[in-house]
Amino acid sequence: MDLPEPTSRPLKSRTLDLVRGRIDMSHGGGGRAMAQLIDEVFRAAFDNPVLDRGDDQAQLDIGAGRLAFTTDSYVISPLFFPGGDIGSLAVHGTVNDLAMAGAVPKWLSSAFIVEEGFPLADLKRIADSMGAAARAVGMQVVTGDTKVVERGKGDGVFINTTGIGVVPAGVDIHARRARPGDRILVSGTIGDHGVAILSHRQGLAFETDLVSDSAPLHGVVAAMLAVAPDLHVLRDPTRGGVAATLNEIAQAAGVGIRLDERALPIRAQVRGACELLGLDPLNVANEGKLLAICSEADAERVLAAMRAHPFGREAAIIGSVVEDAQRFVSMDTVFGGRRMVDWLVGEQLPRIC
Amino acid sequence: MKYIDEFRDGAAARALAARITAEAETGREYRLMEFCGGHTHAIFRYGIPDLLPPNVRLIHGPGCPVCVLPIGRLDLAIDLAMRPDVTLCTYGDMMRVPGSRKRSLLRAKAEGADVRMVYSATDALRIAREQPRREVVFFAIGFETTTPPTAVAVHTAGAQGLANFSVYCNHVLTPPALVHLLETANPDDPEPVRIDGFIGPAHVSVVIGTDAYQRFAEHYRKPVVIAGFEPLDVLQSILLLVRQLNEGRATIENQYSRAVVPAGNLRAQAIVGDVLEVRESFEWRGLGEVPFSALRLREHHAAHDAEKRFAVAPSRARENKACECPAILRGVKRPTDCGIFGTVCTPENPMGSCMVSAEGACAAYYTYGRHTVPAVA
Repeated sequence: MDLPEPTSRPLKSRTLDLVRGRIDMSHGGGGRAMAQLIDEVFRAAFDNPVLDRGDDQAQLDIGAGRLAFTTDSYVISPLFFPGGDIGSLAVHGTVNDLAMAGAVPKWLSSAFIVEEGFPLADLKRIADSMGAAARAVGMQVVTGDTKVVERGKGDGVFINTTGIGVVPAGVDIHARRARPGDRILVSGTIGDHGVAILSHRQGLAFETDLVSDSAPLHGVVAAMLAVAPDLHVLRDPTRGGVAATLNEIAQAAGVGIRLDERALPIRAQVRGACELLGLDPLNVANEGKLLAICSEADAERVLAAMRAHPFGREAAIIGSVVEDAQRFVSMDTVFGGRRMVDWLVGEQLPRIC
Repeated sequence: MKYIDEFRDGAAARALAARITAEAETGREYRLMEFCGGHTHAIFRYGIPDLLPPNVRLIHGPGCPVCVLPIGRLDLAIDLAMRPDVTLCTYGDMMRVPGSRKRSLLRAKAEGADVRMVYSATDALRIAREQPRREVVFFAIGFETTTPPTAVAVHTAGAQGLANFSVYCNHVLTPPALVHLLETANPDDPEPVRIDGFIGPAHVSVVIGTDAYQRFAEHYRKPVVIAGFEPLDVLQSILLLVRQLNEGRATIENQYSRAVVPAGNLRAQAIVGDVLEVRESFEWRGLGEVPFSALRLREHHAAHDAEKRFAVAPSRARENKACECPAILRGVKRPTDCGIFGTVCTPENPMGSCMVSAEGACAAYYTYGRHTVPAVA
């Protein structure tokens, strides 16, 4: 496999003050500041070639096959939202990080940090939901941990899950395999999760029948691999949305990406809420959607396989990989012009007018 | 989506763009300023410059409230937020704007200040009601569009006896800024400011009406077309401006007639007039002091005026010397003419006013138009 060398990011953000600086919200927002924090703090501290690949999971060689290994922490407000809760989310998010390597999810760890005074009934509801979600995808929670922190030192419940899965032989999926000429697919409507959560956040309640798209994606991935074993890239566009994920892929693979705005599947409720709040659906988080990159020859077959699966009914081909030394993601607008699709700057904040 | 897709139709856009190209006279340059940041954002988000002939040039004006707020006034908001008794309520896009010494409301919050992001002045009132022992300050910024809700909040606080609610008022006015752009010449400019016509604000004009612009046609002989915020609105308004200029006319035309009437919203104007009065002068970031260009609370609402309540006044803060924002805001230079654009000055680390909000000219260039600028990456 002929892979380009990893490169540094094209733009230097502010320097990270490792002596006096403090963590602020932008360090967790899915934008460049977070990428910088990960690069300069965690990647530097944990330095190893597996981590350096920067994929959603670690792929470990174990003789004939490979293990996929991933971890994720879940902090969400509200804890219960239309379409799911923090427990099911903590399973689906980790399953999806495994599935983005084509792995079959196998084992899960779960670590809870609970705030003093948190209702036991709610904790049971979350744990039950987590167990049900794990059984539904055929995973076992094999180890766990619980910590309690003082009132005011946590936001109800935080959960960390670590997942291990097995990558079938012959499957080789990672960001650096995106090649000019490849097609880009999305498994369904974008922005549903982020807008559903926003609509229930305190101080911003607006009425919508929208529910989070939180869902496990290993099934749809298996269906895609059955018709096209040579999938190049899979990613789930969570925080930072489709825009951040495509920029990560463009950076990793040393290519440009060209989207067609008319092809983007976006629900009317999501568009409406984004119009109202001044947000871009491309920056809004998803929890049950994936982006796939495959050769042009495989694209229609993969699309048909996605659409035949319950979690891929509204799948669409949304663009192509192109040659671009500057690694830009751009989009042909519905209007006939062209614009860049950039990373988010820190957290996505609503505009004044 | 109804009432949205109709205004973003690609075929209609191509037809309008073809008319503009056909009617714009070759050898003549049309320099049109969109005053409003909402228009700047729409222009870049939909790639409108790609559809225009090269001799129709859009100049991005100072109509972004976040961009034009002077650093000194932001510093004061941060100082207020750092007071242990204060809860500061702010619109979201003020949060990460850097003040002096790399401070921002976002960093103040991380250091323990009680900063709340709100969507309206009403949210701030609710917080004041829920927390009677906290001093709740609403950081009011914006043009004529966001001013009436601030006035309503002050009025309600007075009527309901909410003694712990106050407003840090930074509301600014559109017409005086337009006058300032046309009246002031800067000796440092390589060429005099030349603006042939204005794409007039959408939401601002819903409040102040088309009559507020008469003097630009009559006194300054500049055509103004009030335009909606959708991309087809902008293209149609450009066509109307090109036609006026070709015919040597200078009138106020209302492309956004689905929302704007000649007199504006009289009820909104009345409550603003009751609560607020015009300041003699106000500093605009990038423009300097602009006479009669901002509002403050009237004396009988002094109890709800944060500047009086806490006896504070903004201090002067220094701008980066290399920043070309003043020339960019006057349409004399483009963002890419600036030596620090995209290198020292980026949306993550903005040096000048035009980079701080998505509606600023430099941020829009950077975020949506960088692919057209090969030198910057």
